[in-house]
Amino acid sequence: MRLLRLLWVFFRVGAMGELAYRTNFFLQLLESAIDLGTALGGLAVVFSYTATLGGWRPEEVAALIGVFFLVGGAIRLVIQPSMEQLIESVREGTLDFTLTKPEDSQLLASIQRVEIWKLTDFVLGIAVIIVSLGRLGTHVGALQLAAFAAALVAGGLIVYSFWVILASLSFWFVRVENILVIFQSIYEAGRWPVTLYPRWLRVGLTFLVPVAFATTVPAQALAGRLSWQTLAGAFALSALLFVAARIVWTRGSRRYSGASA
Amino acid sequence: MGLGDVYRQQFRTTLASFIQYRASIFIWTIDRILEPLIYLVVWSAVARATGGSVGGFDTAQFAAYFIVLMLVTQVTYTWVMFEYEYKIRHGSLSFALLRPIHPIHTDLVDNVSSKLITLPLMLAAAAVLVVLFRPVFSPPPWAAALFVPALLLAFGVKFAVEWTLSLSAFWTTRVGAINQGYFVAALFLSGQMAPLSLLPHPLQVAAAILPFRWMISFPVELLLGRLSPGQAMTGLAAQAAWLALALLLLRTVWRAGVRVYAAVGA
Repeated sequence: MRLLRLLWVFFRVGAMGELAYRTNFFLQLLESAIDLGTALGGLAVVFSYTATLGGWRPEEVAALIGVFFLVGGAIRLVIQPSMEQLIESVREGTLDFTLTKPEDSQLLASIQRVEIWKLTDFVLGIAVIIVSLGRLGTHVGALQLAAFAAALVAGGLIVYSFWVILASLSFWFVRVENILVIFQSIYEAGRWPVTLYPRWLRVGLTFLVPVAFATTVPAQALAGRLSWQTLAGAFALSALLFVAARIVWTRGSRRYSGASA
Repeated sequence: MGLGDVYRQQFRTTLASFIQYRASIFIWTIDRILEPLIYLVVWSAVARATGGSVGGFDTAQFAAYFIVLMLVTQVTYTWVMFEYEYKIRHGSLSFALLRPIHPIHTDLVDNVSSKLITLPLMLAAAAVLVVLFRPVFSPPPWAAALFVPALLLAFGVKFAVEWTLSLSAFWTTRVGAINQGYFVAALFLSGQMAPLSLLPHPLQVAAAILPFRWMISFPVELLLGRLSPGQAMTGLAAQAAWLALALLLLRTVWRAGVRVYAAVGA
């Protein structure tokens, strides 16, 4: 598949740039481990007072934290660095180099920079998911795993499309990095099940900034509490946002005039 | 020209520049609103799950705790630890060293200006949260009166401790891990994640021995009326002691640090 082949190429480029600085890997691993320890420590304090939190068992919230690290890791691995690069090249007029390449420009722009050490979050997230699955034991069947994978794909597409739309605003406005930072802040709310939040906040975290679909919904699938309506809704929203991102990208890149042109 | 004039001029300059470049300051404010809000929601859920109250806090008292915490964080936050990593690594500290005044004065003014600018947003957020979560608290008048010095001392301790810690960048260019370790400790031990009385006992002891409780949690506990007059006086004494110790350390570490400082390109 072309996407995977291209992604591999950019991953190798990123690796070649970074392998010379191996201390960075250990520092990043330390940082990710402290971050994960903090999240699980917070969980331990909360669950020392209660057996369930809004109907969620501790293993299920742990799985949610795993999903949070997995999705957050994927964002910081490729989406965020690429989108920041995109905003910068629009401002500096170097996007010409991307637009003139014989590949889909949106695809190229979306994977143009890979920060390989952020893989630590990604891998730690998977490890946490596996451990909590083991502790959930026989509750998790093949159907739930399939629903989990499907929810993760839908959530990933939603988050990706959302980032593309935000970053493409740079074709119209000069300074949009701050919007991306705000998204990163709000993503933190996804560490806990959004079902806990009061209604106004839950609606905001579902539709205004789609954090819910990226973290809570896949974790619900693992816990066996995901209705097929929610899953269908996630796919509908992901399709809608994906098309919207495509339209915004096409319109935006048509507006782009380059630095020297 | 006295120190007062310097402060007045510096205030004018930084206020003008912050009003110009306000975006990033407001983004940090969103963080400071969102974090207590998240923990308020989580602990309220715990209180509801266990029949209405956890460790002496019901949902209305949790609301009071985290809303007061949010306002105390607004008064006490600093960003010097991030700033000095950058300044020392990139060598821009050299400009500050050339001025005939200790750089901590500029940092203090920058810090207070940013707080003044974001205060209206913070108060508005607090007002909205009060309407939404209906906090309940009734501090005795003496506690409300002592809250003001406790709050100012908390800011003093936090600022002096973090300014001293930020100087570790003189000896290592990789202070990211040190900063992160400090912030995680602060998250648990200064009461940002949960009221300290809900933490395991060893952590409570650590929070009281280390400066963390005195940087944020103590003024919040005081205003919530959870301390006896004796505990309040002991707390103020602990804050004063930590402030003195931190200022002493700051002087020593700064002198040693400037000596090893070798700016890029200097």
